[in-house]
Amino acid sequence: MKLTVNGREQDVDVAPEMPLLWVLRDTLGLTGTKFGCGMSQCGVCTVHVDGKAVRSCTTMMSSVEGKSVTTIEGLAADPGHPVLRAWHELDVVQCGWCQPGQVMGAAALVAKNASPTDAEIVSGMNGHLCRCGTYGRILAGVRRAAEIGRTK
Amino acid sequence: MTTPRTVSRRDFISTGLAAAGGLVVGFALPGGGRRLLAGEESPDGVLNAFVRIAADDSVTILLKHAEMGQGISTSLPMAVAEELGCDWSRIRVEHAPAAPAYFHTAFGIQVTGGSTSTWESFEQMRKAGATARVMLVETAAEAWGIPASDCRVENGVVLAGDRRATFGSLAAAAGRRTPPDSVALKAPKDWTLIGKSTKRLEGADKSAGRAVFGLDVRRPGQVFAAVARPPHFGGTVASFDPARAKATPGVVDVVAVPSGVAVIAKSTWAAWRGVSALEVTWKDGPGAGVSTRTLLEEYRALARTPGLKAAAKGDAEAALGKAAKIIEAEYDVPYLAHAPMEPLNVTVELGPTACDIWTGTQMPTTDVAAAARVLGLDPSKIRLHTPWLGGGFGRRANPRADFVAEACEIAKRVRGPVQVAWSREDDIRGGYYRPMWASRLRAALGAGGLPTAWSHTIVGQSIIAGTPFAMMIQDGVDGTSVEGAANSPYLAGIPDFRVGLHSPVGPVPVLWWRSVGHSHTAFVVESFLDELAHAAGIDPLEYRRSLLRNHARHLGVLNLAAETFGWGRPLPEGRAAGLAVHESFGSFVAQAAEVSLEGGRIRVHRVACAVDCGPVVNPAGVEAQMQSGIVFGLTAALRGEITLHRGQVQQSNFHDYPILRLSDMPEVTVRIVNSTEPMGGVGEPGVPPIAPAVANAVFSLTGKRLRSLPLRLP
Ligand code: FES
Ligand code: FES
Repeated sequence: MKLTVNGREQDVDVAPEMPLLWVLRDTLGLTGTKFGCGMSQCGVCTVHVDGKAVRSCTTMMSSVEGKSVTTIEGLAADPGHPVLRAWHELDVVQCGWCQPGQVMGAAALVAKNASPTDAEIVSGMNGHLCRCGTYGRILAGVRRAAEIGRTK
Repeated sequence: MTTPRTVSRRDFISTGLAAAGGLVVGFALPGGGRRLLAGEESPDGVLNAFVRIAADDSVTILLKHAEMGQGISTSLPMAVAEELGCDWSRIRVEHAPAAPAYFHTAFGIQVTGGSTSTWESFEQMRKAGATARVMLVETAAEAWGIPASDCRVENGVVLAGDRRATFGSLAAAAGRRTPPDSVALKAPKDWTLIGKSTKRLEGADKSAGRAVFGLDVRRPGQVFAAVARPPHFGGTVASFDPARAKATPGVVDVVAVPSGVAVIAKSTWAAWRGVSALEVTWKDGPGAGVSTRTLLEEYRALARTPGLKAAAKGDAEAALGKAAKIIEAEYDVPYLAHAPMEPLNVTVELGPTACDIWTGTQMPTTDVAAAARVLGLDPSKIRLHTPWLGGGFGRRANPRADFVAEACEIAKRVRGPVQVAWSREDDIRGGYYRPMWASRLRAALGAGGLPTAWSHTIVGQSIIAGTPFAMMIQDGVDGTSVEGAANSPYLAGIPDFRVGLHSPVGPVPVLWWRSVGHSHTAFVVESFLDELAHAAGIDPLEYRRSLLRNHARHLGVLNLAAETFGWGRPLPEGRAAGLAVHESFGSFVAQAAEVSLEGGRIRVHRVACAVDCGPVVNPAGVEAQMQSGIVFGLTAALRGEITLHRGQVQQSNFHDYPILRLSDMPEVTVRIVNSTEPMGGVGEPGVPPIAPAVANAVFSLTGKRLRSLPLRLP
């Protein structure tokens, strides 16, 4: 099956119902996308499919065939990405496991809405769990990322 | 963990030449010789390196404690850099391997726990930095033919007049020198880095997905494994049919292991699918009939009997018998799973004579010993690598090394490297929980409303019984069960008190969970104290102030939290406030919370938190840990609960074991007391006060005293 990952065409020989997450991590060796629940509950597996944030743990391979997937590795190829810059400025990270997913979720959010209100940030990011409790800095981080994005 | 708070072992500094031609500073064990020569056992030439300086000017700092979110990967390098004077941007951190030189100076094994990492390593790290600096300066001075005292160090460069030499250019020659007998450390007033908020060193790697965690380890030819474990604790495999599992695409093998049946596959997903396809008949074990509902009734009954004495003065029973006014209450808290965001995982690569293991662990030397036992290898043949940890909270510090031992059992039956991954269901249902606890309290109130007699009986499983830590049990009392209750500061002014303990044994495996015993004792003691204040008709803040008048650090944080919160000021309609103060792991934390009810659910709007943890290395790190502790504690206060019915754990994933979300997040303000008292921990002490602060606020709002966690209005 063919798909594009971070701009590169990939041909993988996997079951059509295999979740995209495990194709990325175990077949393609892209381990930046993390696992947390396997049932769309935590958001740590978030990637972009044709620019939209999706939970890769419940996205079947067959549904992304021929589509364009961006993972955290792809987004971070630009270290000046507003979300990464904001995350660094505000020192958001703790253990870090949830953070690639948070970053992907935040990036999709600010791409869609350049000036999100706090309520929009909360509803947009509410599906992203963080057991370390970095929520205060995540909220501030998305605000800041939007600001950087607007002045860029 | 409860920790002896002294650093007892003398450190012996050793230094030498790194394999790549740089300076290495480490510590040799007492009796192991003053200085270890290059190339003896380690590729670095010095056993047990703490700091390596390479020709390219990079400074690598080895962490003997595990970084799992708590920020030691930054606070410990700050201690080194303060003395070394290196360029901060050239610092790299790595987890140290498992080795005796990295033993915890108080616990005698290599462990991350008890919120001890920073204070325990603080002096070692500063000494390592100072030793390296002296040797680099001596090397430059000798080359320039001037006294070392004429040289100074700035940002990774040794300078004298217009001469300059970078650390990297001096490192190789410095590595051949004899280390100084002793080094002077800077006085705290001269610190320029320690005490300044500093960003997490590995933060950018983590947000960019570059940081390698245990589950990200990929070895050539690696296969993936998952395990079908018994549906109740203590169960065993009676028989199994591997046919359907083997027919699952991607599955390569099915093997029986002592903990269950393992499925080996080409991907994690295929391994999990294989497990679902397995047909296993289980044999009942001791946990088959356990129901937490019945168990709690048994605990409550036990709490009405005295139990072993954990602390006592005078005659509490007699005093209560004579008292005019008695307040009595029963409290309980449930089993809890740690649920670190990265589920447990272990990668094992077993060779013919040695073995490599990668796992996010808080107890590496214990894991190595377990692996050696399972594999029949000498511990020296096992190399344990610690990647970044996606949270730990105690689950990755198992004296029984369950996850590592199981992975080694699988590795013995598989060719080539294998990664064992736990699903979230495996994690939530896998046991090693925070114990369930029941408490019964009675207090007599004197004329002024303050307690004159106090009796508290605690019931719950011992975490350390049956482990090597059991030697810490004294006269039958596991101190971790009663910490925060048996030594409550409120007892000091009470003439007659008794704290009793029952430690029933049970089939549900238990373990330390962020803040250990304090996770229940703070809730119980601080809630009950609030009951007494209300019974006495005294403001809860004033009541605590009277009882804590001789406890300066408690009082300090209590007053600071109250002031920050604006205690006593009118709140918006439908809101109320509560507070709590608690000491744990050498630090003192007070929290005040403002709550309301939204559709019958408790909502926490804001929290003011004050902490006194002694001298602060990284204020940003302390603040993050307080925030983190509050979120972790709120999850337990409002949501967390593991229940069992007829042996089955009833929760399985985040839909039924919910953790706090962004929308639940209160506005948190953290204030840090400027303190020169002994350094305490910060990873855990933020957790204990939040549940009672919220419960006390709910009482204030509704008049209902909630005595069970999670807090639920009837
Ligand atoms: S792993 Fe996909 S949402 Fe949790
Ligand atoms: S940073 Fe640890 S789970 Fe979010």
